[in-house]
Amino acid sequence: MSTALYIWLDPNVQWILFGSMLLGLSSGVIGSFAYLRKQSLMGDALSHAALPGVCIAFMLSGSKSIGLFLLGAAVAGVIATFGIGFITRNSRVKQDAALAIVLTVFFGIGIVLLTRIQHSGNGNQSGLDKFLFGQAASMMLSDVMIMAAISLVLVTVCSLLFKEFKLLSFDPGFARGIGYPVAFMDQLIMFLIVVAVVVGIQAVGVVLMSALLITPAVSARYWTEKLGMMVVLAGLFGALSGLIGTFISASGNNLPTGPLTVLVATAVFALSVAAAPRRGVISKLLLRASVRTQVRREQAEVSGERRNRAV
Amino acid sequence: MSTFWIVLTGALVASACSIVGCFLVLRKMAMIGDAISHAVLPGIVIAFLIGGSRDSLLMLLGAAAIGLLAVFLIQWFHQSGVPSDASIGVVFTALFAAGVVLVSMYTRDIDLDLDCVLYGEIAYVPWNTLQIAGVDIGPKAVWGVGLALLLSVVLIAAFYKQFKICSFDPAMAAAVGIPVALFHYLLMGLVSVSTVASFESVGAILVVGMLVVPPATAYLLTEKLGRMIVYSVLIGCASSVIGYFAASMLDASIAGSMISIAGGIFLIALLFSPSHGVVLRKIKQKQMVRQASIAE
Repeated sequence: MSTALYIWLDPNVQWILFGSMLLGLSSGVIGSFAYLRKQSLMGDALSHAALPGVCIAFMLSGSKSIGLFLLGAAVAGVIATFGIGFITRNSRVKQDAALAIVLTVFFGIGIVLLTRIQHSGNGNQSGLDKFLFGQAASMMLSDVMIMAAISLVLVTVCSLLFKEFKLLSFDPGFARGIGYPVAFMDQLIMFLIVVAVVVGIQAVGVVLMSALLITPAVSARYWTEKLGMMVVLAGLFGALSGLIGTFISASGNNLPTGPLTVLVATAVFALSVAAAPRRGVISKLLLRASVRTQVRREQAEVSGERRNRAV
Repeated sequence: MSTFWIVLTGALVASACSIVGCFLVLRKMAMIGDAISHAVLPGIVIAFLIGGSRDSLLMLLGAAAIGLLAVFLIQWFHQSGVPSDASIGVVFTALFAAGVVLVSMYTRDIDLDLDCVLYGEIAYVPWNTLQIAGVDIGPKAVWGVGLALLLSVVLIAAFYKQFKICSFDPAMAAAVGIPVALFHYLLMGLVSVSTVASFESVGAILVVGMLVVPPATAYLLTEKLGRMIVYSVLIGCASSVIGYFAASMLDASIAGSMISIAGGIFLIALLFSPSHGVVLRKIKQKQMVRQASIAE
C-alpha cells in the first residue's frame, strides 16, 4: 500500500499519469469521429507511415531530437493521408485496400531507410527504433508537458467544431449542400488524427496507438445512441484506461505502459459488450428470454381459446 | 546459392499471399492480414512457453490457432453490429497487447525477441535449413511457404466458382445454396496459414504488403478474376526479384525494398493503367471535351 501511496505523491509520476490521461481523453474523442466515418484503422496506417518521416528527420539533422522526430512523423502522416485520399478518390481501389497499401509501402520505405542508417555506421542511431515502440516511463517531464498541451488543443478543437464534425460524419452530402468546406474539414479531421497518433507513438508505440483511437470509441457506442454522449464517454473511457494502465505500469512490476493501457481499454470494451443496456449481450439474452415467455403465453392463450371454441 | 534461396522464398511468399489477397481486396477486407499478423503474437508466446524452443511446429500451431480465434472474434463483433474496420482494430490490438505483456512478463531472460518474431529477416532464410535423414533439402522457409502456397492453390482451384460468387455477391451465393460462412472461414483459414507460414521467416510487413499491394495493382489492370490472380502473382514475383537486387545495391533491408518496389509498381498502375489510370482518364476526358466543342 505504501508503494501505491508513494507513486501518487511522486510529482514525476503525477505528470505521466496526467499526460496519459489526457492522451487517452483526446484520442477517445477523435476516435469517435474516426469510428463514425469508418476510418478506425486510419490510426494504424498513420502510425506505421510515421517511420520514414522519423528516419528522414534523423538523416537530415543527424541528431536525435524529439521535436524533429515529431515534425518528421507529422509530415509523413499528412502525406500518407493525402495518398489514401488520392487513391480512394481517383481509382476503384477501396478505402481499406488504400489504407493497407499506404501502411505497408510507407513502412517498407521506412525500413529501407532505417537499415541504411544502421549500415552507414552512424553510432548515434541507437534508440531510433525504440522511439517507435514507445515507453511512457522513459519520457521526460518536458515530453509529457508537450503531450498534455497538444491533447488539450485537440479536445478544444473537437469541442469547438463539434456541430460541423457531427454533420460531416453523418451526412457529408448535406454538409456540402449547405456550403461547408467538406474537403477541407475531411483533411482537418485526418490532420487531428495524425497529431494524436504522432503524440501518442512516444507513449504507447506504433501498433497500440491505434487501439487508443478505436477501442474507447467502440465501447462508448455500446452505451448510447447520441453522438455528444458517445464522444464524452469515449473520452472518459480513454482517460480511465490511460490512468489505470499507467498506474499499474508505474507500480513497480516493470510491465510496459502501452500494452497495459490497451488491455485496460479492452477490459472496458468487454464490459460494454456484456453489460451495456439494449446492445449488450446480457440485455439481448434477457430480451430474448422475455419475448420467448411472452410468445409462449400468447400461444397458450390462443390454443386455449381455440379449444374453448371447439367445445 | 543464398541469392537463389532468398529470391525463391520472396517469390513464394509473394505468390502465396497475392493469391488469397485477391479475394481480400475484392471483399474489402484488406486490413485483415495486418490484423492476423499482429494478433498471433500471444499464440507464439504461449507456444514458446509450453514448448521451450523457438523453431517448433508448436509455435506455428499456436499462431494459427490464435489467428483463427482472432478471425472468429472479428466476425462475431461484426455480426453484432460493430463496423468491420472497428472490430478488426479492437481485436488485433487487444491480442497484440496481451502478447507484448506476456513477452515482458515471462521471457525477460529468454531468447525471444519481439523484433525477431514480428520482423523476421528474409536474409537469414538460407542458413535455417531443413534436414531429413542427414540430407540437406533446402531452407525451412521455402518448404513452409511452399506448402502454404500449395494448399491455397489446391483449395482455391477446387472451389474457384464458390469463392468467386461469395466474393462478388454473397447474397446470391447464399440463395443458390453455397455455405457462405463455411467459405468465409475457409478463406480466412488460408489467410491465417499463409500469414503464419510466411511471417516468421520473412517478417510481418512483407506478408501484409504482399497480401494487398500486388492484388490491388492487378485490380486496376483487369476486369476478370482469373486474370487478376495471375497478374498479381506475376507482379508479386517481379517485385520480390527486383526488390532483392535493389536491396543488395543499396545495402538495405530486403523485405523493405521488395515492398517499396511493389508500391512503385502500384503507383505506375494507378497513374498509367490503360483502363483505370488517372493520367489516361484525364487525357480521355480532355479529348471528349474537345470533340464536344468541335461538334458544337
